[in-house]
Formats: sequence, C-alpha cells, structure tokens
Amino acid sequence: MSQDDSVRMKTAIRIENFNLYYDQFRALSDVNLEICERRVTAVIGPSGCGKSTLLRAINRMNDLIEKVRVEGQIFVDEAPVYGDHVDLVALRRKVGMVFQRPNPFPLSIFENVAFGLRLHFHSSPAERMERVQKSLEEVGLWEELRDRLGGFALNLSGEQQQRLCIARAIAVRPDIILMDEPCSALDPVATQRIEELIRFLKKDYTIVIVTHNMSQAARVSDETAYFYLGKLIEMGATQKIFTAPSKKETEDYITGKFG
Amino acid sequence: MKSSRAYLNRIFEFVIEKAIFLAGILSIVFVFLIFLFLIKEGFSLFRTYSIFSFLFGTKWYPISSPPQFGIVPLLLGSVAVTLGAILIAVPLGIGSAIYIAEIAPRWLREILKATVEFLAAIPSIVLGFIGLVTLAPLVKKLFHLPTGLTALSGSIMLAFMAMPTIVSMMEDAFTAVPKSYREGALALGATRWEMIRRVLLPASASGMLAAIMLGIGRVIGETMAVLMITGNAARIPTGLTQPVRTMTATIAAEMGEAVQGGNHYFALFAIGIVLFIITFLINVTASFLVRSQRK
Ligand SMILES: Nc1ncnc2c1ncn2[C@@H]1O[C@H](COP(=O)(O)OP(=O)(O)OP(=O)(O)O)[C@@H](O)[C@H]1O
Ligand SMILES: [Mg+2]
Repeated sequence: MSQDDSVRMKTAIRIENFNLYYDQFRALSDVNLEICERRVTAVIGPSGCGKSTLLRAINRMNDLIEKVRVEGQIFVDEAPVYGDHVDLVALRRKVGMVFQRPNPFPLSIFENVAFGLRLHFHSSPAERMERVQKSLEEVGLWEELRDRLGGFALNLSGEQQQRLCIARAIAVRPDIILMDEPCSALDPVATQRIEELIRFLKKDYTIVIVTHNMSQAARVSDETAYFYLGKLIEMGATQKIFTAPSKKETEDYITGKFG
Repeated sequence: MKSSRAYLNRIFEFVIEKAIFLAGILSIVFVFLIFLFLIKEGFSLFRTYSIFSFLFGTKWYPISSPPQFGIVPLLLGSVAVTLGAILIAVPLGIGSAIYIAEIAPRWLREILKATVEFLAAIPSIVLGFIGLVTLAPLVKKLFHLPTGLTALSGSIMLAFMAMPTIVSMMEDAFTAVPKSYREGALALGATRWEMIRRVLLPASASGMLAAIMLGIGRVIGETMAVLMITGNAARIPTGLTQPVRTMTATIAAEMGEAVQGGNHYFALFAIGIVLFIITFLINVTASFLVRSQRK
C-alpha cells in the first residue's frame, strides 16, 4: 500500500490555471489538475464540455487550429508545454496520442509501426524490426500479423486498426498516451479487449482517456476527472467519484440524471 | 378512360427513353465516324508508301521528289518539347501544389488558386504570342543561340500551359487526404515537412501521377503556340536548344498546302492517328490512376 502511494505521488502532467479560447469562445476555464504517473486517468463529462480540447492541449494539437489562444501553463514531467522555446517534436515524442477513429496511415502494417521510429531514432533495420515486433506484441497483434507485416494497414479490422495505432504510438516509447474515445468506433467485444489492453499498458505508461462511457471509465481508470462547460468540477479516485462524489453535479451526471 | 391514359403514359415513357438512348448513342456514333475518317485517310498513305518508312523514316521531306514521310523527327520533336515541358512543369507544379494546399495561409491560398485558374484561362495562342516576343529573345540571349525559336522555348511555354492542370489536380489530391492522417503524423512528432513527405505524398501518389498525365495530355496536343515558338525545323533534335518541329505543328503548318487526296495529305492524317493513339493512351492511364486513387 505504501509503495502504491509513493507511485501515486509522482506527477506526470500538471495543469495550472489553464484557459483555452477558440477565438472568443472559452472552451476551458481555469483548469487545475494533476495526473499521476502510471495510472489511467479518465476524463468524463457531457458532449462539448472540453474533454478533447483538454487532451489536445497537452500535446499541443490545438496549435493546428486557427485562432486558438491559451492562458496558464501545462507541465509534462515538470517541463512547460507552452512557450517560445518548447520543442514540439520532443513533446510529441514523449506524449503519444490515439484518436477516436482508428487512423492508420495508408502504408504497410510494418511502416505504420515504424513511422515514429524513422522520425526519432537512427536505428538499423534489425533494431527497427525488433522495436516493431515488441510494440505489436505489447498490443497483442504480433501473433496474428507476423506473417503479413507488408500488408496494407487499411485492410485490417477496426479493432486491429486501433491496436495498430496504439502500437504505433508506443513504438517510440512515450511516457504518456492520450486516448480520445478510443473505443467509440468499435463493437462491444473489441471495446472490452481494448480496455484490457489499456489496463495492461498502465504498468509502463501514463494514460489519459476521454470517454463517454461511464462504465468504461469505472472499469479502466484509477482516477476520474469530471468536466462541465469547460470547468473541472471534480477529480479523484475513480472508486470514490463513482460511489461517493462530493459534488452534486458529478453525482447527477454519473447516475444519468443529466448529461 | 383510365387504361387509355396509362397506355399514353407508356408510349410517352417509351419515346423519352428512346430519345435519350438516341442522344447517347449519337455522340458515340460521331466519335466513331471521326475515328473512322481518320483511319481511312491516314491508312490511304500506306497503299503507296510503306508503313515502315513512315514510322521509322528519319526524313520528313513532303515536297521533294520522291517525297519522304519519315515521322521520326516530328515524333522526337514532340517528345523533346513535351519532356522538356514535363521536367519544368512537374517539379514546379508539385512545389506550388504543396505550397497552396499545405503551407500558404488561407487568404494567400485563395489568391493563388485564383491565379492558377486565371493562367488556365489565357488562350494558348495569346501565350504563344507573348512567348514569341518575350521568351524567345531571352532564350537566345541566355544561351548565345543563333535563334531563340527552340525546343527549350517551346518547353517553357508548354510548361506554363500544363501548370494549371497539374497544380489544381494535385492540390485536389492533397486536399482529399484525410485530416486524420495529418494529425496522426503530427501527433507522432513529425514536423510539417516530414508529414508531407512521409504521409501526404504517398497517400496521394496516384492522384499526383494522374495530374501529371493529364498535364502531358494537355501539352502533347498543343499546336499553335508550339508552331509559333519552336522554330519549325523538321530535323532530329540532339538537344533542347535546337529548333524542332512537333507533330501537331506539322499538321497545322502543312494542311493548307497539301493537295487533298495526295500522299502528303494522307501522311498528315497518318500523323493524326499517331497523335490520337498517344493522347488516348495517356488519358486512359490518367483516368485509371484517378479511379485507383478514389478507392
Ligand atoms: N475548432 C474549434 N473551433 C471552435 N470551437 C471549437 C472547436 N473545437 C471545439 N470547439 C468548441 O469547444 C467546446 C469543447 O469542444 P470539445 O471537442 O473539446 O468537446 P468534447 O468534450 O470533446 O465533446 P465530445 O464529447 O462531443 O467529443 C465545444 O463547445 C466545441 O463547440
Ligand atoms: Mg471529443
């Protein structure tokens, strides 16, 4: 228990007084929270409350959108994410992302997993192969795909594609993986297996997962953050949030009275 | 009463259906007739002149006696001018398409797209005329040539004509690449250029090829500008800085003087067949590539 507590102490992501505006619209208001290392943190809340925005703020994917403005700061591993001298490439190498719709590149299975390796490491073909194999093993795809690594990634099933995208993200050994509703395009069986994978991956990675599915949040996460209208309403141990939330709004949302 | 109404309706249906069918079939018939005419006139040459000497002859002397109708210098003239145009237009076209689709800020993108369309709207004869008085003297001076009317001048001219097709089609191909691919690459820590090189270009490869093919198709059939600017020497070219004559320019230049029903006249049609086959193959390849891109 004490060991568990010490692990819990370590902060992977710290968000401080964070505001994000799309032009005039304030999508995140004064968000303060800490995300612990090697834990699964679920971000929940009604549609449009800013979950994706928060996630994309951490690896600065919002930079791609015009007229986005931020205030406050986010720290990944105690290093600031916003500022003139931030190395975006290094940040995104450290913070991987898995998207709502599986988005493998229209390349071979191998090239998909090797994509980040080619960007960030000058490894030999043998080393690359080893890394690809290891990543595919971790996501449980190696056995089924080992004989067709040259096959076209877009011919895989939806679940396989999403696993491949997770393999692609972990191939560069990030510290953090951000997942934006990773199961919403999958059927229940595939969803269940991806959830298993997420629980398995947390021994090596800090995972932040956005989900609309309450029971999924309850099943996979250690911590849960509830957002409403761009504000963090409540954050705490998942078990506590789901059994004894301290805020009335949280309780209403979780019990389905609203949302 | 009711049944006769239904009967009339049926007749009406029938007539409309047949009329539409006829309209459709008619365009096919016309194309077929044109093609038949081309074949008939072109092949008449080979009654008295060997097809071998036509295809592989290196001399085009239509009015000497005996006349020689070797298409090689004209074919090579077309190839030289077209290849030159491609070498210029393709890198430039890829560059500007990438810039327009991926890099330019939105306001500039709209201006650039409009400019490209504007370039496409300039009639080729006007471009040829401008080229004749500005480009040819420049080429002459730059390369210290006796004349500026060379394959190179033609290539540059044609590159300008192929650019709008190439740029706008490639830009479409780039824009058709889903945002999710871009985001996936950037989220993995790719820079914008790495994203373009490793995801965007492979994902739109067949669309790019189709754009290039259609650009070539546009260029190889071009006549008037080429006639004006390439110097019209039916000699086998050994370099781009020599005057050449293309197949199209030959037909345009000699159609007036060729006696109808004579061998010279038939030979020009035979050139037409060759041109037709080349253009046809290019277009088929391009549309095949476009279709495979959509899948
Ligand atoms: N590119 C954008 N430009 C302007 N407003 C945006 C943009 N993206 C999101 N928003 C707005 O910001 C708010 C938060 O959006 P966000 O996508 O983060 O919500 P979400 O919680 O992820 O919703 P969902 O559960 O539907 O995915 C919404 O009101 C949305 O309309
Ligand atoms: Mg969202």
